[in-house]
Amino acid sequence: MRRAGELHVVGRALPRVEAAAKVTGSIAYADDIELPGMLSCKLLRSHHAYARIISVDTSAARAMPGVVAVITGHDLPVKYGIMPTCEDELALEHEKVRFVGDPVAAVAAVNEETALAACRAIRVDYEPLEAVGSIEQALVPPDDEPIHDYAGPANVHRLAALEFGDVDAGFAKAAHVREDVFFFEGNTHLPMEQHSATAQVVGGKVTLWSSTQDPHYVHRALSKVLGLPMGELRVVAAPHGGGFGGKCDPFSHEIAVCKLALMTGRPVKCTLTREEVFYTHRGRHPVLMWVRTGVDDDGRILAMHFRSALDGGAYGSYGPASTLYTGALQTTTYAIPAYRFEGVRVFTNKAPCGPKRGHGTPQPRFALEVHLDKLAGELGLDPVELRRRNYVKPFTRTVNWLRITSCGLSEVTDRVLEASGYEQRLRRPGHGMGFAVSSYMCGAGLPIYWNRLPHSECVLNVGRGGVTLLSGATEIGQGSDTVLATIVAEELGLGPGDIRLVTGDTGLTPVDLGSYSSRVTFMAGNAAREAGAKMRALLVKAVAEKEGCAAGEVRVAGGRIGVMSFEEAALLAEERFGTLSTRGSYTPPEGIGGRYKGAGVGPSPAYSYSAAVVDLDADERSGEIRVNKVWLGHDIGRSINELAARGQVEGGVYMGLGEALMEAQAYRDGLLRQPSMLDYKSLTFLDMPEVETILVETVDPEGPYGAKEVGQGPLLPVIPAVVSALHDALGVWVDEVPITPDKVVRVLSARSKGKEPRYGPKGFPEVPYPALVKVAPPDAATASL
Amino acid sequence: MLRLPPCSYLRPGSVDEAAELLAEHGETAMLVAGGTDLVPKMKRGQMEPELLIGLGHLAELRAVTETEEGGFEIGAGVTLAAVSGSPRLAAAYPAYTRAAALVSSPALRNVGTIGGNLCVDTRCNYYDMSFEWRQACGFCMKKDGDICRVAPASKRCRAIASSDTAPAAIALGASVVLAGPGGRRREVPVDDLYRDDGQYFLAMAADEIVQSLRLPPAGSWGSAYVKVRRRGTIDFPLAGVAVALRRSGLLVEDCRIVLTAVGSRPFDVSPAAGPLLGRELTAEVLAGADDLLAEVANEAAKVAKPLDNADLHYVWRKQMTRRAVEQAIVEAASCLPAPGGPA
Repeated sequence: MRRAGELHVVGRALPRVEAAAKVTGSIAYADDIELPGMLSCKLLRSHHAYARIISVDTSAARAMPGVVAVITGHDLPVKYGIMPTCEDELALEHEKVRFVGDPVAAVAAVNEETALAACRAIRVDYEPLEAVGSIEQALVPPDDEPIHDYAGPANVHRLAALEFGDVDAGFAKAAHVREDVFFFEGNTHLPMEQHSATAQVVGGKVTLWSSTQDPHYVHRALSKVLGLPMGELRVVAAPHGGGFGGKCDPFSHEIAVCKLALMTGRPVKCTLTREEVFYTHRGRHPVLMWVRTGVDDDGRILAMHFRSALDGGAYGSYGPASTLYTGALQTTTYAIPAYRFEGVRVFTNKAPCGPKRGHGTPQPRFALEVHLDKLAGELGLDPVELRRRNYVKPFTRTVNWLRITSCGLSEVTDRVLEASGYEQRLRRPGHGMGFAVSSYMCGAGLPIYWNRLPHSECVLNVGRGGVTLLSGATEIGQGSDTVLATIVAEELGLGPGDIRLVTGDTGLTPVDLGSYSSRVTFMAGNAAREAGAKMRALLVKAVAEKEGCAAGEVRVAGGRIGVMSFEEAALLAEERFGTLSTRGSYTPPEGIGGRYKGAGVGPSPAYSYSAAVVDLDADERSGEIRVNKVWLGHDIGRSINELAARGQVEGGVYMGLGEALMEAQAYRDGLLRQPSMLDYKSLTFLDMPEVETILVETVDPEGPYGAKEVGQGPLLPVIPAVVSALHDALGVWVDEVPITPDKVVRVLSARSKGKEPRYGPKGFPEVPYPALVKVAPPDAATASL
Repeated sequence: MLRLPPCSYLRPGSVDEAAELLAEHGETAMLVAGGTDLVPKMKRGQMEPELLIGLGHLAELRAVTETEEGGFEIGAGVTLAAVSGSPRLAAAYPAYTRAAALVSSPALRNVGTIGGNLCVDTRCNYYDMSFEWRQACGFCMKKDGDICRVAPASKRCRAIASSDTAPAAIALGASVVLAGPGGRRREVPVDDLYRDDGQYFLAMAADEIVQSLRLPPAGSWGSAYVKVRRRGTIDFPLAGVAVALRRSGLLVEDCRIVLTAVGSRPFDVSPAAGPLLGRELTAEVLAGADDLLAEVANEAAKVAKPLDNADLHYVWRKQMTRRAVEQAIVEAASCLPAPGGPA
């Protein structure tokens, strides 16, 4: 690997390659696609939370002028789902609807107004069933039938029970044991762009343009549901107006437009309304958590027991993974010698939950960090010191077999404490500061479905002066294109703007699992680097041969390959070697995780580390919180583009503050309370504080140029740091996010009446956990890599 | 995306002509100026006019003039941004311009008008939803249904008065000029514009148009508007309090307190300010000494009966109403002319 001083474009704070097109409005998002003869599609959605469908009568809709086709569940009877273990969705339901917003029929018409009118003309007879609205309710036998006929008991979707090491023995040795209960309300992604999909059929072959994060998984689902070979389908991830995990599942509207295009022979587009985006959801699970930790006299953790209960909503989605994620990454920041995790996900009659930035880990991170603050308070220990005593060490293996490599946890801690002055903070009424840390994966170690393909592949073509990278990765606003262009540019001595990108197109680009789990920089980045290095070698070899020098003497930088311009060198190399096309691919290494059932969730080739300090003022009378500043230290391994990296940190802090303070996908009587951007509260410009971003470069041994993720990790410590800062300010604990001002006033009022100064859940329900899967922890030799 | 249902649009040449059109077309017609309230509501099916009568282009609605008695008359079509950005108006009527500045966001204030804000529809989170959502919930009496969803026993609609500028205008003693067909004009106090009914919240006749707002001379009044909401911008009020204060020497001579967003109309609760009259607003009193402000605030907020049909917990909204009353008194006091200055 070349040393940092030799890098020319990697690490620089350059504008993102697609930024100009986005800010000038010249980029064509999915909804900007217009094709000749195109029809508009609208979905008819259930207005019952839970009901049996008795009949669907589409005759009036079909008879309307301008209506070209109407389909129902009978036209798309094949079930699908992102995870092979819970393929429980139909593009259009024909037996039961399971939440308000569940699609029942789809119309293709000459325009959107007609399609909407036709949807309203479809008569659906429902037999309402008793809806399930909470975790507690889902755990007891339902009045009517369970929401799904698989899994159970009651409305349980998934159970997990794992133990690593001897937890009971750890608690028996502990000098102090503490238990806490927390609740994290669900929230949604709130992308600026509503989902949109357009399908076209040419020569019997279907092309779908969609605002998706994972064209590969959509491709597979389409093939299954439409019954067409994958080769006859092409899925293109259109330029994207924000994903955050909300565009990771295959969706009804994507399947419906393909079916309607096949039936009508005309292009069909469906763009969701903002309200439909709230129903499509797949956002943050509401999670109830119970945590028990035993420590010795010095505050060293001896054992931890963590329980989570996830409100999954109406379908499986990523649920089995989400469930395990609520228990997987506790061990990547703290060395826990004995650890037990019990998790349950239930079905309720709400919009289905799934992955959102930090997938399944912001909830337990909030619980764990606040729990440690309380534990520190009980022990009379400084909360930072308690954490430091338990930090994982670089190049070790966790009790649940996760391989830790580069780890800048101590460094990010030092840096945010120093920058914020946390330890020297002055006391004044209503003012507080809070600290928390976290860790996140650089790509899931395993694919969603079992296969042996590389996780990321790239093809790099050079010819006629141009450089084109073909990659299945998708730019979802996170900077994927910039990262890939910068890496190729670095290898070829060019600038990022010199690289043409063809991405996320299953018809043109080789396989890539998509933009989720913070995997693009590490995985697609490594693949792009390999392709780039191979191309560089060809160019250098051609020039060295021509000049009669050693390859090592040919300098590649500034648009030149040795004495030649890049264009001259490329022509020479093509004459010498024929078509200039190189490939790169990335597969995570073996042995980064364990071998037990459930071990597929958590392993990653590397982990990023973050630390946050939040400074706020809280009004004792109104409960209103004003966040003054956030310091966020992030171990990024190495920045590929420093400007883009800082943007990701600021975006993560923004989203974390929203989740901490206001965002809630909340229901009243089975109906979403706030399906609009006015009523779903997220921070405005005027609510967003200054963010001081501190990037720490630990140079990971396996990341491209040492790079790790930055898209998701920085959100995680923000939420517990807000809770901690509020406690610092007012002396009360709010063990439930979002921390709205009415909750703060209630806990202050409770305190003034002599009650416990705490707002949060009272207990954790009885869950029918299965017998623990007992996993022996790694032995000492394995544990220190 | 949400589509705007088809409707006709007429562009009258004058306010008189607009009033004639309104009288002619009756309930099928609605007025539109900035459209910031109406257009999204049409898309959600909350309002279904067949005909829109445009007012935004009428120059006669966009004048700001000084009145003979030394006050101001502001055309109903003047934008909220123009009002909130006017130093002359801000110096004389801080409560009013502050209220205008706190409406929604800059983009909406650039097109939203002062007349539109006085007539802004009452709000309720069972009503401010799409047709499909309301269908799922069951319709309410304000649109398409026959019961109140938040208070099923209620005989009237409990949607919430949500104009920021109305309480300020009332506290400042303002009136509106209403234009009717046939050149008819009448001037009524702003307070008389409203009814305590979320569905029929405007007391003016169906064929009347708010033509202008008349603000009396500022005199020695100090005034302030305090808005309670979740975020720094965009949100409608969860409670709003306008206070106008006048002193005689050092002693409070008059104090008006008007609340919004705590019921279906703005409430003038000025009698609650009784304990302040004849008192000096010393720094101690304003800081909470004697619990004088708290006493006034508690009395003023008695009328507030928030329900679970807006953001955050209704108990909190009631608590914040009290606090906003205290804050508004403090802020109004801070902008009083120095004692002994021009009366």
